[in-house]
Amino acid sequence: MTARIGVVMFPGSNCEHDVAEAVEDLGASAELVWHKALALPSVDAVVLPGGFAHGDALRPGAIARFSAVMGAVRRFADDGGPVVGICNGFQVLTEAGMLPGALQKNAGLRFLCATVELRVETTASVLTSEAVVGQILRVPINHFEGSYTCSPDQLDELDRGDRVLLRYVDNPNGSVGRIAGIRNEAGNVVGLMPHPERATNQLLGSTDGAVLLRSLVRAATRLRPAGSRPA
Amino acid sequence: MSGPGGRFDVLVEVSLREGVSDPQGATIERSLPALDVTGVTGVRVGKAIRFTMEAVDEGDARSRAEDLCRRFLSNPVIEDARVEVLRA
Repeated sequence: MTARIGVVMFPGSNCEHDVAEAVEDLGASAELVWHKALALPSVDAVVLPGGFAHGDALRPGAIARFSAVMGAVRRFADDGGPVVGICNGFQVLTEAGMLPGALQKNAGLRFLCATVELRVETTASVLTSEAVVGQILRVPINHFEGSYTCSPDQLDELDRGDRVLLRYVDNPNGSVGRIAGIRNEAGNVVGLMPHPERATNQLLGSTDGAVLLRSLVRAATRLRPAGSRPA
Repeated sequence: MSGPGGRFDVLVEVSLREGVSDPQGATIERSLPALDVTGVTGVRVGKAIRFTMEAVDEGDARSRAEDLCRRFLSNPVIEDARVEVLRA
């Protein structure tokens, strides 16, 4: 059965079509979901895409987390459904308390737009299950507030719980522990600053993001929460 | 205003927690020698948010403003918030 991936659109999101095309190229179908939706359509996974939801007013993600759709996204995640936040989507998930820590301004105060190298640290997540630990992936970053930060206790918890998915090889933004992506305890909620959807075609300079989205598509088929589809 | 309640001016100062790096503050501090300014250290950049609020009294205004800070105006993971309340 084709996996259906819901891609949430907030006012100011700008990567939703990139994500939709990328997952469709991998054999899934994509459905855009407006942020005012009170319920998710029948989907097997949810992506919160990159962009500038609500213009990043106050803080990135601070307003998006109150969007109507986020209640449904939280319930979907609580039921075990795969949820991935990319870039601004990661910021939304931390603001919503669905992932620990916060993203703050890059060390060096530069907006970073570059392809960077990421090391896969664990395969125990919906985004890395098809990858190999130690694998180096070349994936673009595109952010100003991407410096991952958390308390020493939270960092310890992430490390001990095998919850860091990806680390930067050369830390471009000053993230603690060179963290580029993390997961929740269960492994079904994931956030990362790099954009795998922009590295799924040789025309874009790298196809290394495909293994991440392919993991998501597989997880969507495997983990679809009971009752998420009409019988 | 007579009787219970009234309007209060609230000033919220949001700043990065101690220990959280502040690249803006650091950049400002590094630029000071270019202005021949010496002896200024510990520069930290935050934001000020002002609003007026209806409340029973000053204590009520303060506690509701602090709640708003915790839930929305600051991100307690990396930021502290300080609330000042004045009768409007």
